[in-house]
Amino acid sequence: MSTRLSTGGRLLNRSKQVSFTFNGKQMAGYEGDTLASALLANDQMLMGRSFKYHRPRGVVASGAEEPNALVNLGQGGKFEPNQRATTTELFNGLSATSQNHWPSLEMDVGVVNNYAARFLPAGFYYKTFMAPAAAWKHVFEPIVRQSAGLGKAPKDRDADRYEHFYAFFDVVVVGGGIAGLQAAKAAGEAGAKVLLMEQTAHWGGRAAVDGGTVDGQEAADYIDATVAALEAMDNVTLRNRMMGAGVYDHGYVLGYERITDHAPLLDGPRHRLWRIRAKQIVTATGAIERPLSFAGNDIPGVMLASALRDYVVNFGVSAGDRTVVVTNNDDAYRTAIALKKAGLEVPAVIDARPAGGGALMEEAKNHGIRVEVGKAIAKVKGGKRVTGVALCAQAGEGAVLEELSCDAVAMSGGWSPVVHLWSHCGGKLIWDEAQAHFRPDTSRAPTSHDGKPFVATAGSASGPLGLAEVLADAHAAGAAAAAATGAEGAASAAPTGESTAEAAMQAVWLMPQGAGPKLRMKAWLDYQNDVKVSDVRLAAQEGYESVEHTKRYTTLGMATDQGKLSNINGLAVLSDALNQPIPATGTTTFRPPYTPISMGAIAGEARDEVFQPLRRTPIHDWHEANGAFFEPVGHWRRPYCFPRTGESHAEAVTREIRQTRDSVGLLDASTLGKIIVKGPDAGKFLDMMYTNMMSTLKPGKCRYGLMCNENGFLIDDGVVARIDDETFLCHTTTGGADRIHGWMEDWLQCEWWDWKVYTANVTEQYAQIAVVGPNARKVIEKLGGEMDVSKEGLAFMEWKDGKIGAFDARAYRISFSGELSYEIAVPASQGRAFWDALLDAGKEFNIMPYGTEALHVMRAEKGFIMIGDETDGTVIPQDLNMQWAISKKKEDFLGKRAQARDHMASEDRWKLAGFETLDGSVIPDGAYIVADGSNANNQRNVQGRVTSTYYSPTLDRGIAMGLIHGGMKRLGDVVAFNKVDGGTVEAKVIDPVFYDKDGEKQNV
Amino acid sequence: MSNAVSALSGAKSQGFATVEETGLRGMITLRGDLASAEIASAVKAATGAEVPAQRKVSVGDKGAVAWMSPDELLVIVAYDDALSVTAQLTEALAGVHSAVTNVSDARAVFRISGDASRDVLAKVAPVDFASDAFGVGDMRRTRISQVAAAIWGNEDGSFEVICFRSVAQYVFDVLRISAAEGGEVGFYAD
Repeated sequence: MSTRLSTGGRLLNRSKQVSFTFNGKQMAGYEGDTLASALLANDQMLMGRSFKYHRPRGVVASGAEEPNALVNLGQGGKFEPNQRATTTELFNGLSATSQNHWPSLEMDVGVVNNYAARFLPAGFYYKTFMAPAAAWKHVFEPIVRQSAGLGKAPKDRDADRYEHFYAFFDVVVVGGGIAGLQAAKAAGEAGAKVLLMEQTAHWGGRAAVDGGTVDGQEAADYIDATVAALEAMDNVTLRNRMMGAGVYDHGYVLGYERITDHAPLLDGPRHRLWRIRAKQIVTATGAIERPLSFAGNDIPGVMLASALRDYVVNFGVSAGDRTVVVTNNDDAYRTAIALKKAGLEVPAVIDARPAGGGALMEEAKNHGIRVEVGKAIAKVKGGKRVTGVALCAQAGEGAVLEELSCDAVAMSGGWSPVVHLWSHCGGKLIWDEAQAHFRPDTSRAPTSHDGKPFVATAGSASGPLGLAEVLADAHAAGAAAAAATGAEGAASAAPTGESTAEAAMQAVWLMPQGAGPKLRMKAWLDYQNDVKVSDVRLAAQEGYESVEHTKRYTTLGMATDQGKLSNINGLAVLSDALNQPIPATGTTTFRPPYTPISMGAIAGEARDEVFQPLRRTPIHDWHEANGAFFEPVGHWRRPYCFPRTGESHAEAVTREIRQTRDSVGLLDASTLGKIIVKGPDAGKFLDMMYTNMMSTLKPGKCRYGLMCNENGFLIDDGVVARIDDETFLCHTTTGGADRIHGWMEDWLQCEWWDWKVYTANVTEQYAQIAVVGPNARKVIEKLGGEMDVSKEGLAFMEWKDGKIGAFDARAYRISFSGELSYEIAVPASQGRAFWDALLDAGKEFNIMPYGTEALHVMRAEKGFIMIGDETDGTVIPQDLNMQWAISKKKEDFLGKRAQARDHMASEDRWKLAGFETLDGSVIPDGAYIVADGSNANNQRNVQGRVTSTYYSPTLDRGIAMGLIHGGMKRLGDVVAFNKVDGGTVEAKVIDPVFYDKDGEKQNV
Repeated sequence: MSNAVSALSGAKSQGFATVEETGLRGMITLRGDLASAEIASAVKAATGAEVPAQRKVSVGDKGAVAWMSPDELLVIVAYDDALSVTAQLTEALAGVHSAVTNVSDARAVFRISGDASRDVLAKVAPVDFASDAFGVGDMRRTRISQVAAAIWGNEDGSFEVICFRSVAQYVFDVLRISAAEGGEVGFYAD
């Protein structure tokens, strides 16, 4: 059984006990434990079930590379699936449940998949597509759906908050092991501004566990001294619990800081995503030990040799009393020695190399450990727990020589540098035959805008594993990075590291090397996705030669660990099956993030009230307080209507329209775009921007205009007021304000840069309120002030500055409703007061606000077009019978040439007309006008479509505008619009101006 | 002008730094040839400040001037003086191709103060706030989370943020959350 040792555990605080639950069971650990070490201390070796076969699985690693020990962590709003037990720091009250099992971890029904494994071969999912279609629906899809996903999806809103942080450095060092510390020290001493980040809570990485000396000091002591030295440097920032998640172009680095994961009761953000710009990046990300592929290598109790060592040294936890070590290199002997020193039994070290190892092997022998060279594990015995191993010759096919009983197996297949961050931005790899791993090719580094490298590796991330080479490499990398940023200081001399010399390792990709199909079917490569040696060989046999294709076909390396343990072993097996050298197979692509990061961290603060900016007019608070029903218009919220108690929205709209047509209504029109265009060439410029003539407009006057893009399509409309000789104020649609301002600047800056015109977007400078209805003038006159708003004093399509009441106002006599109407702009900071004053003055006329729906209906009653209703990006002014707004005198305007093209001038275009249903009903939104016959796709032919359709309270019937083949030539025709229920409704083609055709009401 | 109110009526929030709306501010957009003598003297007369260099703000006895783009300045004065200074600049630049526009009401202004102000801003604006990269007299047109903003540093170590009036509540909320207790970064301030 796995248990807590009475001594040891350099990261533990044994004076502080921590309690937690696993699958509801109370357990205890110590401060400093990870969830994985605490579970092992409680003899909880079984931590989860695998994805495909639901095989029992225990922890295999001790860090970020862990594929098996994934748990559902937390509850309610703090619930999160797929959390690695090895990187989860233990805290009081932690609650975890195992994943992918039913009904329980110990007794899982899904494990039948395991016995049906030969029916779920590599590419199972893809092969199902070749079956009859009905099989997918009734057989495969239910099976695939049932087994999809590992952890549970959270059900509650995330209770935590998250944030971003932008930071800028000369040198960013990723990884706070001994190499990262040394690189940061060298760069810092040279004077560079340095950030050093470490994903765990501890500095120094593996060095303190693996031993060795630096300048005669114990490695652990050297680490402490170096951290202290770095902390004393003003130009160096150290952050732990922060992972380098990704490296991107131009020195962009994402740092994933886990602030309160280890202490969820603390206030503050849970994660902080650092968005960093670095001139140089040093990845000191270390190396990851590879598993060995032998039958039963996934049975709980089989672990990486380095992980077993970590659990003993760092956490005082033993995975078992008797541990067999199996290796192809010297490093695993360190585990055997560490276990022995902790008082545990090591029945044997199985060394696949015929000649065995070097000094470390001798040291192990001196400890009385039996060493078997040239041997292999034929198979591991046990189900939910290792009970023993069968030995065989590595060179053979697995004939059992001897059985050893044990309760843990420590395996080591050699070490692979963590090249992920080097590779994210294009750093290339070379195959190192001696170490049997891919390591960074320093001659092909990721390059920045200047073609120079901006990422370097340091320490074992570069390839070397001995302390001496690691420190020398890291020191040089740090100093070089600093120099590349222009730092001119001198780093102190590189320290000298010493560790026990190691004999050469030997590549072992399958154990024993001649293992037959039966053993290969139980030799796991990818634990999380249940990919075995046999699956990769099958993929090769079925023609998958590219490693990227094989990956997807077998799902090798596609689990949440992204193949950190399985990648090299898998492509070695593939290479063997394809009879080609490993470099010819290559690796799959390394993509960020290094390990999964939370969605919350990506979103940052953007949730709840700051999920998206909400634009508010100066009168917004009044609307809110008075029950407005809002609709989004861009980022604005505009009142759609103001329903009163017991009133439906439709009833509110009807009331608002009747009140406005009969007496007076108010509209908050502040969101309309307002752009000042000024300069000697302003008239000439606007003649280009609008289809009609603006340069002839007289100061004091207003003119409605249309804007097209260079393809001729209508993009915006609005009223232009000429302020003085050189100055115009252009109104745009609400949604068009920023777009049209940008459009104007685009032409001025890129095309007509020599024209003397300046623009300014003053949309938000003004609160603009439309006072509309037969009593509008009376309301304004009641406010007093100097402005003459009589018919003569301020005629239709004129504007004027002056005082209305106590307000600095600019009044425009323009009308979008057909009624007597003033649109009055006051400074935004006076907007609310002006609104209140109008409501007060209008009391005797029963004044009330109206919303955007009433606005839309009233303009439709007048036959006025709406950008976005009558236009959709394919409509030209001529389609809307607006030839009157297109100047024939102008030599040019944007869209003129395009509108002359055959298709644009064609009589076959759908054109605007009005429609009234014969039965008075309202045509459904989006309805088409049907025609005889059907097209090649068996769809009903159409001859037009509705663009605006409303119930008109004024006419008490449905009214509509639409585009129809033939346009106004079809007057009097009766056509059919389709309906949602499948039927049609008949409507007569009529003039689209339904109300006050001669415009007498607005011109009083 | 008793009717004039700022967007948030002086809202204030105290976290590990202070965020407050400063109230109304006079702001005038001036577009023109920034190298011209006429603009230099008009700006000097209106504010007492020189035309600022790129990404700088210069301060005079009557106001400040911020660089907005190669042909745009922002003249900052007391709110009550905005109309008269607009008129003064317009008159001084008569005959010179330029545009003087009062935008005082289109904006909201926030002040962030306290030792950790830079940490608060660095969460929401992609700007290097290190003191050697961003000091007194520096000015950035950037963004606060999802909206446009401009930021400059004051003599007393506080910072001012301008944004559009319609998003004042959003910017205040973002800054308030950024400065909320527990979110100390300890990067620019310990």
